[in-house]
Amino acid sequence: MSASTLRIALVGNPNCGKTALFNQLTGGRQKVANYAGVTVERKEGRFTAPSGRVLHLIDLPGTYSFDATSPDEQITRDVCAGAYPGEPAPDLIVCVADATNLRLHLRFVLEVKRLGRPVVLALNMMDTARRRGIDINVDELQRRLGIPVVETVAVKRGGAKALIERVDGAIPEAPAALPDDPASRADLHGQVRELLAATVAMPRSTDAIDDALDRWALHPVFGLGILAVLMFLIFQAVFSWAQPVMDAIAAGVAALGGWVTSALPQGSALHSLLNDGVFAGLGAVLVFLPQILILFLFILVLEESGYLPRAAFLLDKLMFKAGLTGRAFIPLLSSFACAIPGIMATRSITDPRDRLTTILVAPLMTCSARLPVYTLLIAAFIPQRTVWGVFNLQGIVLFTLYVAGIVSALSVAFVIKRFRKDKSEHALLMELPSYRLPNPRDIALGLWERALIFLKRVGGIILALTVLLWFLSSFPAPPEGATQPAIDYSLAGRLGRALHYVFAPIGFNWQICIALIPGLAAREVAVSALGTVYAMSAAAGGDDALASQLGPVIAQQWSLATALSLLAWYVFAPQCMSTMAVIRRETNSWRNVAITAGYLFGLAYLASLITYQVARALS
Amino acid sequence: MRLSDLPKGAPAVVDRVDDVLAGDPIAQRLRDLGFVAGEPVRVVARGPLGADPLLIQIGSTRFALRRSEAARVTVRTGEHVQGVHG
Repeated sequence: MSASTLRIALVGNPNCGKTALFNQLTGGRQKVANYAGVTVERKEGRFTAPSGRVLHLIDLPGTYSFDATSPDEQITRDVCAGAYPGEPAPDLIVCVADATNLRLHLRFVLEVKRLGRPVVLALNMMDTARRRGIDINVDELQRRLGIPVVETVAVKRGGAKALIERVDGAIPEAPAALPDDPASRADLHGQVRELLAATVAMPRSTDAIDDALDRWALHPVFGLGILAVLMFLIFQAVFSWAQPVMDAIAAGVAALGGWVTSALPQGSALHSLLNDGVFAGLGAVLVFLPQILILFLFILVLEESGYLPRAAFLLDKLMFKAGLTGRAFIPLLSSFACAIPGIMATRSITDPRDRLTTILVAPLMTCSARLPVYTLLIAAFIPQRTVWGVFNLQGIVLFTLYVAGIVSALSVAFVIKRFRKDKSEHALLMELPSYRLPNPRDIALGLWERALIFLKRVGGIILALTVLLWFLSSFPAPPEGATQPAIDYSLAGRLGRALHYVFAPIGFNWQICIALIPGLAAREVAVSALGTVYAMSAAAGGDDALASQLGPVIAQQWSLATALSLLAWYVFAPQCMSTMAVIRRETNSWRNVAITAGYLFGLAYLASLITYQVARALS
Repeated sequence: MRLSDLPKGAPAVVDRVDDVLAGDPIAQRLRDLGFVAGEPVRVVARGPLGADPLLIQIGSTRFALRRSEAARVTVRTGEHVQGVHG
């Protein structure tokens, strides 16, 4: 490292505005990765100071104390102490504290000081502190702490000017290192009280705006009502905004594929590889983006505004009974649209055990890709009939399928809770931060980050698997004078027929078994795969035409028991490999992918077996 | 009195935090977060289901604690704590 670069570590309590400050300093010049072997995010950025010096920043996970209770807190402690393998010790630590919450945040500042490394304290949210009439004697605080103190407003343009000037100057002298023993740490609160008494005057300990908002947001009746309305609006937006974009992306990628391959001879292997393998895979990846981005737009706004922990507060009891935490609610709800953003959103669950349980059950939530399969089967097999005067039988079946997903997710979480070895109590202990107007720049950077993670880490796996599935469905080619659809002669066709032995007890015929294999790419692909197996062309009128063509055929050829069994299968089956890819990425473990796929397969088989056998016995 | 039994809005001060097992990490975290003797504390809100979790105001911060977590904190109430609540 050259003499003109400086490594700076940003640390602070959760909700101190550290990440907003990091965004303000580095802009878009950020690199997000994971620390080796763990799922803790490592965020690094750089900026050039007025002096021309290049400053490397790392944004360490928010921490209440160096007495670490989670992997991200351990990493913060070890990196600050220069004890993390492969991370050089920072030249300077910038400790960020919320000026409106110094009672809590100064304690961590004192802990950081004890490391004996050069520290600068950034008093953030000074604008809010002034608005609330909080008077901080910065000079006196600086004198008593013995480290430089600067004021910042991370969410305002130019709000980090004082900090930039300070870190661009000479490195401040390191405070004396103190041993890290419990006895001296216990005294930190006493020191904070003395500091506060001498330097800070607070007219009232809370923000009147927060008090007023929380009276509504946390009200037992109105609070739940507000949450329900918010969730309803988000879902409306996801489905009404995402669908047209998704259709446009699917059509655009298909058209691009057609254009690129137009020069190649029809029916050649390369033509098919590009069209049905590469471009189909690309489409499968990109088509998820609108839902992911729209859902994350809302999740980020809820998070930045401070509402997310309020929602968790309202629902913690319910979720805790099932072995989860209140923080699992939003990720699980997002999984109704698509499990991918749902699983990515579990990052807001700080406890690793709670987070893993949430990830494992998220695929059970009925995602929107199951709908085409449900509607095809329900339309073909469930009669349009009015039950009990008011209800539509088809609607009741669809509703039952959704409820089955929710009940099974809660039950699986409960079973995981019962049977895991670690039965220790894991705390909620969640701070409810002040409400804040979300900053557009922070939201935009957050969205950009999520999109990159998805495209880079998950997209590759999906693309590779789609090409593999194309290979299985296309080779070997049908012999001369073949009478059956090409897929029958392929490896997938043979595999499907072999699978028939396994699936016969649950009532699947070999056509279904073959369709299940390309259906791994995405659940809704199973519908077009069934069309292929029954030798129909989707080209004639798109998917809707295919479904209306396919409906009567399967209604004639399948028994009701088979159809019900396939519905039960789709409630549980580990069909979508994109979900598996995102579990791999988010838990950094193939073992968790195997566990998820294994238990979902087991549940699906069991549910279908019971459904099929009971339905046959009753008919 | 345990913090989990404190009526909503009643002023109190923290007396101590007890470990429910040796080296209880939750009790230690509560102490780190400012639940130390003499600190004013108040129940601001309660969850809609079974009055759990509790929203606790301590210093200028609000924490959601499950009842089992709040039960680790012993508080004092009465006339003599009125003064510390501005």
